[in-house]
Amino acid sequence: MSGMLDHLPYLAAGWIMLVGVYGIVTSRDLIHAVVCLSVSQSGTYVLLLAIGYRKEATAPVFSDVQPGTVSVVDPVVQAMALTDVVVGATVTALLLALTVQVARRCGTLDPDELRSLEP
Amino acid sequence: MSSRVRMIVFAVGALGMVVLFATGFRRLPDFGGTFHPYGDRTVREALRQATPNVVSSINFDQRVLDTVGEELILFASALGAVVLLRAVDHEETESGTRHGHGAAEVFEALRLVGVVLLPITLVTGGYIVAHGQLSPGGGFQGGVVLGTAIHLIYLAGDYPALTRLRPVPLFEVGEAVAAGAFVALALLAVGAVPALNVAVGIEVGCALVLLIAKFFDQALLVGADGR
Amino acid sequence: MTDPLVAVALGLVVVMASGVVLTREPVRQAIALSVYGLTLGVLFVVLQAPDVAMSQLAVGTVVLPLIVVLAIHAARRHRGDR
Repeated sequence: MSGMLDHLPYLAAGWIMLVGVYGIVTSRDLIHAVVCLSVSQSGTYVLLLAIGYRKEATAPVFSDVQPGTVSVVDPVVQAMALTDVVVGATVTALLLALTVQVARRCGTLDPDELRSLEP
Repeated sequence: MSSRVRMIVFAVGALGMVVLFATGFRRLPDFGGTFHPYGDRTVREALRQATPNVVSSINFDQRVLDTVGEELILFASALGAVVLLRAVDHEETESGTRHGHGAAEVFEALRLVGVVLLPITLVTGGYIVAHGQLSPGGGFQGGVVLGTAIHLIYLAGDYPALTRLRPVPLFEVGEAVAAGAFVALALLAVGAVPALNVAVGIEVGCALVLLIAKFFDQALLVGADGR
Repeated sequence: MTDPLVAVALGLVVVMASGVVLTREPVRQAIALSVYGLTLGVLFVVLQAPDVAMSQLAVGTVVLPLIVVLAIHAARRHRGDR
């Protein structure tokens, strides 16, 4: 059982991703669905950083520690997650602009009422 | 499909995903383990290039082409959102259904806090961008801080002052020039981490200010019927 | 066995993620999203990632809830036009 506990952070990331998709499936408001998509995306950040973590290690910045005296966590996954956070927010903004246009054209934001593409 | 059928399809799919996750994650290295070969190599390389912040070194020196791609994604989605919201703008301006908001009635203390905090946060954002390669920070983080700092004016209750201090064409030009400069620097001047940090900082800050400005336009202008 | 600090931070993140998804009212969801961004930032600091935490705190706590609330307001103006 301790093998499962060691992989708990990965399972937590998987849970966050799935709960986001669940929110999109059961959503009754397009803006709620966009926010759930953003939550699902944040699950990938948790997964990336959990993979790169090293016990008893410090941040990969050598401004205060001498190189070689202490081990550092993996900096590659941090570089990926860092740009991902900012770009993900911009893409969410694009999706929200789309929902504003949908509200204007169709007058409603309920996915069940937005069946056909006709105005 | 009805919502019941949708839930059943989702349940089947989610079950499959859980099985995939569990079997896949079991094969990953242990959480907190010591097997990070790529990490060790990048740390060695960053120290050789004399950049203390290894993450900045990866983003702007070792894997700068990936960052160019991310930067262009950011530029494209900010551009797309602005164009989408501008289309709604034009239809409304032509039909004459727009009025403006004046300054809000807020406590003097709130206004004072906003005025005092604004230069502090702007300088902090500039500091984070400039020291990106020495301590945690860099273009993306500092750009976000700069882009959101200017909206303290709005939070302190003075939306007309924000529109005066934030000429949209200037920020559009700034964003485009910074994005172009970043791509050119990344391809030509290899390893110039401070200059790349500044270009990214300006680009991200301008993109965020533009995005939020367009959203403000949409949300705060009242229609002809007062709604 | 994982560090207790990491375990607590992860537990908070999982609870907040479920909370954001289960909050149906969009304006309340924006506030929950802001708190979720804060817990994510704390988790990133505990996992020794200060750069990512800086990005996440600025973006997830300020920018995302701001544009969500502005979009809700803009959509509400247009809703019921038809």
